[in-house]
Amino acid sequence: MSETGRILLDFDGDRRNIHAYEQAGGYASLRSALGMEAADVVATVDTSGLRGRGGAGFPTGRKASFLPKGRTPAYLCVNADESEPGTFKDREIMLRNPHALIEGILIMSYAMSATSAFIYIRGEYRTEFEVLKRALEEAHSRGYVGRNVLGSGYDATIVLHRGAGAYICGEETALLTSLEGERGQPRSKPPFPAIAGLYAAPTLVNNVETLASVPFIVKMGGEAYAAVGTERSKGTRVFSLSGNVKRPGNYELPLTATLRDLIEGHGGGMPEGRTMKAIIPGGSSTPLLMPDQLDTGLDYESIAAAGSMAGSGAVVVIDDRTCMVQLALRVAEFYRHESCGKCTPCREGTKWGTDVVRRIEDGSARQGEVDLLLNVCDRILGKNLCPLGDAFAMPIASYVTHFREEFQRHIDEGGCPFVEQSPIASLYHDVSGVPA
Amino acid sequence: MDPATAETLAGAVETRPQMPAPLPPDERSAPLRDRILAAVALYPEPRSALIPALRLAQEEYGWLSTEAFEQVADATGFTPALCKSVASFYDMYRLHPAGAHEICVCTNISCALVGAGETLREFSRELGIEPGSTTADGRFTLRTVECYGGCGWGPVVSVDERYHEPFGPDRVRPLLDELRGQPG
Ligand SMILES: Cc1cc2nc3c(=O)[nH]c(=O)nc-3n(C[C@H](O)[C@H](O)[C@H](O)COP(=O)(O)O)c2cc1C
Ligand code: SF4
Ligand code: FES
Repeated sequence: MSETGRILLDFDGDRRNIHAYEQAGGYASLRSALGMEAADVVATVDTSGLRGRGGAGFPTGRKASFLPKGRTPAYLCVNADESEPGTFKDREIMLRNPHALIEGILIMSYAMSATSAFIYIRGEYRTEFEVLKRALEEAHSRGYVGRNVLGSGYDATIVLHRGAGAYICGEETALLTSLEGERGQPRSKPPFPAIAGLYAAPTLVNNVETLASVPFIVKMGGEAYAAVGTERSKGTRVFSLSGNVKRPGNYELPLTATLRDLIEGHGGGMPEGRTMKAIIPGGSSTPLLMPDQLDTGLDYESIAAAGSMAGSGAVVVIDDRTCMVQLALRVAEFYRHESCGKCTPCREGTKWGTDVVRRIEDGSARQGEVDLLLNVCDRILGKNLCPLGDAFAMPIASYVTHFREEFQRHIDEGGCPFVEQSPIASLYHDVSGVPA
Repeated sequence: MDPATAETLAGAVETRPQMPAPLPPDERSAPLRDRILAAVALYPEPRSALIPALRLAQEEYGWLSTEAFEQVADATGFTPALCKSVASFYDMYRLHPAGAHEICVCTNISCALVGAGETLREFSRELGIEPGSTTADGRFTLRTVECYGGCGWGPVVSVDERYHEPFGPDRVRPLLDELRGQPG
């Protein structure tokens, strides 16, 4: 690792061109991996301590080891559906370092003896799809993809598959259902995809950033990668920083960094004249952290200990102008829109909950509806097939707990007291103060 | 624009990676049916080609008309009703005809925090339509969308599936002038 502390995106500009990638040592890890026993490649990933960067943070090597040995066919599915609000890092990885992803897919495919790999990329990512398409063609022409990869006898097939706009398809079992040509509804687990995934065959689902890290792990060795980070959160992570900061963007940091390093150090802190009101630390499905928790580490354990979740690594900064009820409403509306409708608590609860937040925001709620909202959240929590129901209930409940007086004020005053200042207000109100 | 928001948008311009030039559109010389069959051939099981097939049909007809569903059903072997039920689950399929240019404004949280609402209102005002509708001359459809994966470079606007970031209200007029100047 260089002194920048970055691994995956340790360069300026991009390495879309395969020669640029090869010149920087690219595809050498594939060569080494093909010379290793498949099980040793999995062991290297396991030693590195790499944990899934898609949201759940499950150890990558361990997940790969769950696949039954020698069963064919077996598939690798790459989760490039990136749609958790606040998250835009996989897109930057695909745009700037697409060959690292392809090399990671090839190494993992070899390690698990995959029949083929599928990249499920969200349909809206058209330019990113084109970048990957071109990169795959280049990799094919250089003998990294296709029959008998680099003379190893291993055949690698990678299919680029575009989604069609549905957040839920990022959930791994919904992704598989969607890839099978159906409405993207999650399936119950068990059986886990490792046992019965795509077409009921053993399947590994991994996030873009997870797989793109693999070539670097093979190159550095598992121990060297594990030397970066904390006791249980290893390596670096690409954090997506957005909202009210001076320099929003993606920043790759070792997992020893803190929220303060990210927001103040890299993001330049709050814009002139603003103060921080709250932080969303891991994408819109995660509970809020408060400004006095800025020294919280960005590793999985520290964020959990602070009362939230590391999620997808998407940090959203909220400034003092913001109406928290409006923010809650946007979050609620989103999960309501994306609920696939399979489970009653999620399907009904996201609708009911959203209606209550909307009433509070527009001033038509009755006394007691703040508690009603908490009650609805409680009735959704933990009662569904997939985590989407919780992705509604947990953040909404945290908005209420941290800013209860703001919710109550909307009811007492019969409307939003912050219409003239909240940046979100113009989505819901005809804001007079906004210059045309 | 609020000066604090302007500062954030200026920061976004610096951190956003350079986007490559778009690839030329796919050759459409082969008939739709053949293009669907080529998609089917990519997968171990043909049903996986349904979502790509619907996209191909939409590109051909501009939206998923009854005829488009018939074509997809014919080529894939599924019934039109099944094709429709799948299509209706996903946001990117058009079940109604749309304008010649589709403008989508992300209104999810990160974009909303940096003024997506103002951008949206400006589009509404300039086009004289509400979000979710098409101008009377059939040239523009305006839609709001959920997170597009450009949160740090918001407000994110896509025009005919290409992202424009960050897109403050001041960019609305020049964009529309440019699109209006184009043939079609
Ligand atoms: C509602 C929901 C949406 C999800 N969206 C994504 C996503 O867009 N991208 C992603 O990589 N993982 C997403 N996940 C997590 C996946 O289910 C899965 O854990 C992940 O792809 C596994 O890869 P990893 O171990 O490499 O992280 C989502 C999970 C849920 C419950
Ligand atoms: S929790 Fe919601 S999104 Fe998940 S399966 Fe149930 S209804 Fe669908
Ligand atoms: S919130 Fe608009 S792109 Fe993510």
